[in-house]
Amino acid sequence: MSSPSGTGAVGEAGSPRQRELLSAAEVARIIARMAHQVIERTAPEPVMLIGIPTRGVPLARRLADRIREFGGTRPSVGILDVTLYRDDLRRRPTRPLQATELPAHGLDDALVVLVDDVLYSGRTVAAALDALREYGRPRAVQLAVLVDRGHRELPIRADYVGKNLPTSRNEEVGVLLIETDGTDAVMIRRSQR
Amino acid sequence: MRHLLTTTDLPRETVTALLDTAEALKQALLGREVRKLPTLRGRTVVTLFYENSTRTRASFEIAGKWMSADVVNISASGSSVAKGESLRDTALTLAAMGADCVVIRHPASGAAHRLASWVSTHVINAGDGTHQHPTQALLDAATLRERLGTLNGRIVTIVGDVLHSRVARSNIELLITLGARIHLVAPPTLLPWGVQNWGKGPNREERGWPVTVGHDLDTALPGTDAVMMLRVQAERMHGGFFPSAREYSISYGLTEARLRLLPEHAVVLHPGPMLRGMEIAHSVVDSPRAAIAEQVRNGVHVRMAVLYHLLAAQEEQA
Repeated sequence: MSSPSGTGAVGEAGSPRQRELLSAAEVARIIARMAHQVIERTAPEPVMLIGIPTRGVPLARRLADRIREFGGTRPSVGILDVTLYRDDLRRRPTRPLQATELPAHGLDDALVVLVDDVLYSGRTVAAALDALREYGRPRAVQLAVLVDRGHRELPIRADYVGKNLPTSRNEEVGVLLIETDGTDAVMIRRSQR
Repeated sequence: MRHLLTTTDLPRETVTALLDTAEALKQALLGREVRKLPTLRGRTVVTLFYENSTRTRASFEIAGKWMSADVVNISASGSSVAKGESLRDTALTLAAMGADCVVIRHPASGAAHRLASWVSTHVINAGDGTHQHPTQALLDAATLRERLGTLNGRIVTIVGDVLHSRVARSNIELLITLGARIHLVAPPTLLPWGVQNWGKGPNREERGWPVTVGHDLDTALPGTDAVMMLRVQAERMHGGFFPSAREYSISYGLTEARLRLLPEHAVVLHPGPMLRGMEIAHSVVDSPRAAIAEQVRNGVHVRMAVLYHLLAAQEEQA
């Protein structure tokens, strides 16, 4: 649930309308590299990885596992649903809400890394920054995304980018993850509209 | 969803979506110092109450304010209604001022439906006569779901003044939709005519179990998962429905002795306002089986969910 058409499962793989941009192995390598980058930039300070539902959440968990594995400081993981803070609620049918679970010790003075699957317009991240403020005052907030597909509508940039994918606005990028979709891949297809 | 007028025609998916939203909102606000969400900023909600109310009105007001809507409260006494203005003119006036949603309570059954046909705003029925009170049923369902896990196959016993109870009507329809079985216990004079046919209908298989009726509380309690006590609505009674309050209380009041007849997991609900000592004993209200405070707490989140579904989405083409 990243941006208006930035994400979402894109149907069965292999149909002619869409093609695979990143394989499961590539996705795993990219997450490992991002984990190293987070360690490089933040160690020895502990980070708090906060996933934005839906697919930011499993990504945050995987990133945390890798950071642990590579000897970084043990990160805490949280979930932040930004739906109630979106500026486009009235442009679409009712959006279901998802869980928000933040570490019990709160966000105050923490180094927060927001994690999402696709960075597109930047509106989801803007909503996340608004939502974060309601829960506390982090020392700093950084942003990690698996895919940056461009077309920003707000002055927002990611600190950790898994893969830059230049796309056209009438294309859709779909990140598939085992936890939510049964397989790991990044797909692209032309929009139906 | 454009209006919330009745629970009768609410599909199961809509009910589940509303309850899920309420649960997510409850959780999102849990432990927060600032209970304010920006979601309905700039939207105006008017509560229009032609009958007395404490919890429903306050609950809607708090729900709206926690989501940053502007909430205006109007009660019949103290407004132009007291000067003789009709419901229609009052509603059109409010709509002309830019209200996005009108929450109405009215002594006449069907008032909310009429209102919805007159104005372009969203309408929420907060109780119309002896007809419906959908948000009460939703908050009862939320509370039962929380305590019992699911409503599927659960037996809910509703006790007391079913005849005058919009809470009972809304609950029967909603809980059947969610798969519960309803048993009514009341004196014959306080049961509506044809109540045995409620929950039946042309698509009976889909709607679930028909309502069963009994007159003896003691035999009903051991097999029930939840018992919902109703207030005897003296203000709607013009005649002798039972010999005396004392006799009613002895036959249909939930006493401590009767509480012991309930299974271990069973929940006691009361929509309020309660008449302690009449339909429910003091000690029962304060027992851990009673979920009455939880009902009130869930009421705010359920009403937030309703406002969210009505006001925070793209307008449906009517």
